[in-house]
Amino acid sequence: MVDISEQTNAAAVAVAQREFASVGRRWTSLARGLPVLPLAILVPFIVIALFADWIAPYDPTEPIAGAKIFEPPFWMQGGGTHALLGTDFQARDLLSRLIFGARVSLIVGVTGTIVAGTIGTALGILSGYLGGWVDQVIMRVTDAWLALPALVFAIFLATMLGPSMWNIVIILGLVYWTRYARVIRGEVLSLREREFVKLAEIAGGSRTRVIFRHILPNVLNSTMVLASLTIGVVIIAEASLSFLGVGVPPPEPAWGSMLADGRSMLMVGDWWLTVFPGLGILLVVLATQLLGDWLRVRLDPQLRNM
Amino acid sequence: MATLLRVSNLQTYYSSFGGARVVKAVDDVSFTLDAGETIGLVGESGCGKTTTCLSIVGLLPSAARVVGGSIEFAGEEITTKRPREMRRIRGRQIAMILQDPMASLNPLFSIYTQVAEPAYYHQAIRGRPLRQRVQELLRAVRIPSPEVRMREYPHQMSGGMRQRVVGAIAMAGGPKLMIADEPTTNLDVTIQAQYLEVLKEIQQESGVALIFVTHNLGIVAKMCDKMAVMYAGKIVEQGGVRDLFRSPKHPYTRALLGSMPKLGSKDPLYAIPGHPPNLAQLPSGCAFHPRCPHTMPRCVSQEPDDRHIDANWTARCWLLDRQVQEEYASAIA
Amino acid sequence: MPAPLLELENLQKYFPVSTGPLLRRKLGWIKAVDGVDLAVWPGETLGLIGESGCGKTTTSKLILLQEAPTAGAIRFGGEDISRLQNQELMRYRREVQVVFQDPYSSLSPRMRVGDIVAEPLEIHTDLSREALHERVAEVLELVGLQPEVARLFPHEFSGGQRQRIAIARALATHTRLIVLDEPVSALDVSIRAQIMNQLEHLQQTLGVSYLFIGHDLATVAHISHRIAVMYLGQIVELADSLELCARPLHPYTQALFTAALPSHPDQRHEKLTIAGEVPSALDPPSGCRFHPRCPHAMPQCAHEAPVRKEVAPQHTVACHLY
Repeated sequence: MVDISEQTNAAAVAVAQREFASVGRRWTSLARGLPVLPLAILVPFIVIALFADWIAPYDPTEPIAGAKIFEPPFWMQGGGTHALLGTDFQARDLLSRLIFGARVSLIVGVTGTIVAGTIGTALGILSGYLGGWVDQVIMRVTDAWLALPALVFAIFLATMLGPSMWNIVIILGLVYWTRYARVIRGEVLSLREREFVKLAEIAGGSRTRVIFRHILPNVLNSTMVLASLTIGVVIIAEASLSFLGVGVPPPEPAWGSMLADGRSMLMVGDWWLTVFPGLGILLVVLATQLLGDWLRVRLDPQLRNM
Repeated sequence: MATLLRVSNLQTYYSSFGGARVVKAVDDVSFTLDAGETIGLVGESGCGKTTTCLSIVGLLPSAARVVGGSIEFAGEEITTKRPREMRRIRGRQIAMILQDPMASLNPLFSIYTQVAEPAYYHQAIRGRPLRQRVQELLRAVRIPSPEVRMREYPHQMSGGMRQRVVGAIAMAGGPKLMIADEPTTNLDVTIQAQYLEVLKEIQQESGVALIFVTHNLGIVAKMCDKMAVMYAGKIVEQGGVRDLFRSPKHPYTRALLGSMPKLGSKDPLYAIPGHPPNLAQLPSGCAFHPRCPHTMPRCVSQEPDDRHIDANWTARCWLLDRQVQEEYASAIA
Repeated sequence: MPAPLLELENLQKYFPVSTGPLLRRKLGWIKAVDGVDLAVWPGETLGLIGESGCGKTTTSKLILLQEAPTAGAIRFGGEDISRLQNQELMRYRREVQVVFQDPYSSLSPRMRVGDIVAEPLEIHTDLSREALHERVAEVLELVGLQPEVARLFPHEFSGGQRQRIAIARALATHTRLIVLDEPVSALDVSIRAQIMNQLEHLQQTLGVSYLFIGHDLATVAHISHRIAVMYLGQIVELADSLELCARPLHPYTQALFTAALPSHPDQRHEKLTIAGEVPSALDPPSGCRFHPRCPHAMPQCAHEAPVRKEVAPQHTVACHLY
């Protein structure tokens, strides 16, 4: 029989612990820490959007007095510190427009997602819990809705309802609820069979009570994860609508319409009119997607038991 | 009789959170098993019995490591073997049966393919002899019409039959040691009884040694020659089955026996207070002391050593230490 | 002579089996429960024992009004429960509760323990918040938990404690009958005795009746006053618990006893008197359903289904041997 001596014992434990340490550290930061990168991007944008009125140097809808049109950013020839990032085709300050545009994007993104989430979750719960013909009807409507190309449908609704920021919010909510309905319905189908739900039914609980006290709290996790992943899509949709001219109407600044306005000047080298709004969209959407990913890992019950 | 398996001072620890948290799943476990013997490894969830088996078979999850002690199988030390060597031993010499037959059987392959596999790889049998061997194995586990049934798929069989197929697969490599981890937990009572009889028959015919892991003392009473009771990663008492059932020495063994309802008796059950310990936060001294009716001051401060009651009977309890008993008696006098 | 609390009279539940969604041709019926007569008296525990496919789960679903019977009646306090409406239905729901097997899925994960226990009270009464708190504390103490646990969440508790919470919830509304569906099977061995003792104590204190469904003979026999043995949808034997253990009459009951695990190594001698598996309820054997597996089968058994009759005081069997 081979004896493992005390020394080898201790050494083995030490090696084992060192090996596990590196794996452990990665998991520790994931499981315990906050998502640094997404928050580092989003928090400044949110602050900017909230305090736009005080941060922005100029009124975004008015031309700067005495400035020329298409002025480049301050570090280039022809630019100056009065308009840090340059001016657009009406000599309006690009920086101020970017700042107010952030507000539009974030508001539309968040509220549009809330509308979509509310409609989708409600329909998903009703469909999954009530079953029967309610389920069939809702699912067929969802199928039909999904068959419509999202953006085209949005454009159609926008032309019907008329351009305004809040109309866009409603439109986007109406376009994007389907992704919630399907997923939530699936969760509710399995939740419905869980014993604590059955117990509530056996105890005489009304359907309303069961839905609000037992089903809804347990699908909220999924709803939140879906929401954080949807915000990016909604922001891009709004930008697309604005780009196409059926989004937030001028002179209200929106990153999408700024892209549209600046598009023709790319050819002559006035890149700042498109790059900065584009960068804004990129960063915000990236951050929300990363945040959504982090939330998904955090909130997934299977991964929770670590 | 040659000793087939000798586990000595085995320590298997789980490590998480970067080594900050170490769970001593198996802490100083020792037992032996001779060819043809059956030992029952008894304990509740979290006591370390499954980890002990996984350590023997070399299938520990990545977070766990054997950090001390030795496992000697057929004269060879197997804790130091490389994965490739262990793969040759697994299936051929040591086989394992798990709790859920559906998890052990591949739904895509026929019964024949799965039962034949160990014999194909480990004993290099082919063609007609292989078919005959499969039928032989299925007959040994009492599956009727094996020539027909071996063409079927797992989903076409009932739970009891599947578990028997798992037994056939385990025996296909001709192992010397079989580890059964709670194989009957999901089975109906009468099916369980039939299955246990099948296991006994296999054992008598092939002389395979059996480690039976269970929380059910009734199974131990029926199947095992000796038993080891585990609690919080340690064996608190082990010995011959009759000895332990007749006069258990460790309070936990006594409590387990007392909490079993016995057919035809309405005597009140002994309910062990408290609940099984969290291995990450073990009590000081003897891990059982918070729930023990005979706790003494020493139990809280010092872990008891393994004492011999008999040549093959040991228990870890200060109650066995004469000196401690005298101290205690004089202290309360 | 007090009246039975719960009475099942010739209860039947057949599930239709049909082919495909288009044709919907009926292939037959799964006769899950086929002519069950049972009674549970106030303050007693009736054990219901049987293996998978015997119909005990379906029976409990019928009692809990999760399914409607195909034929037969269930009477509670003398009234047919299938006819209950509104207020009376709510009263039934208040007086009959259930405890399930799995302690990990029977408590709502996002509700505090106090709210979980209080829920039946909220549904059935309109007690004030203070009165609710008081009752919840009272009932938590009854099951051996401290009232302070009310503000914690289920995941902070062990399996045994969760079952206690489930029992507390079942008792909250002065329940008269609790259906216990394998309440200790998923618990650690050392905890089972705790819960069993607690259940017995509660019965003695509160006079609540139990329908204890289980598969382990020793456990069921220990806690039950009377035991009913079920096979393929029918009750084959019904007797006082100790009487059944001393004198099992039906061959299936006898087989269950031989299959039961010994409580001591010296007891291992019994030879198993049963082979094969439970046939499908879709096409049960003719006559006596047990006859294909019965070691004492006679020609009569294949043709004629035996009627359950009293063979000894308070001991009924459905078998041609008697």
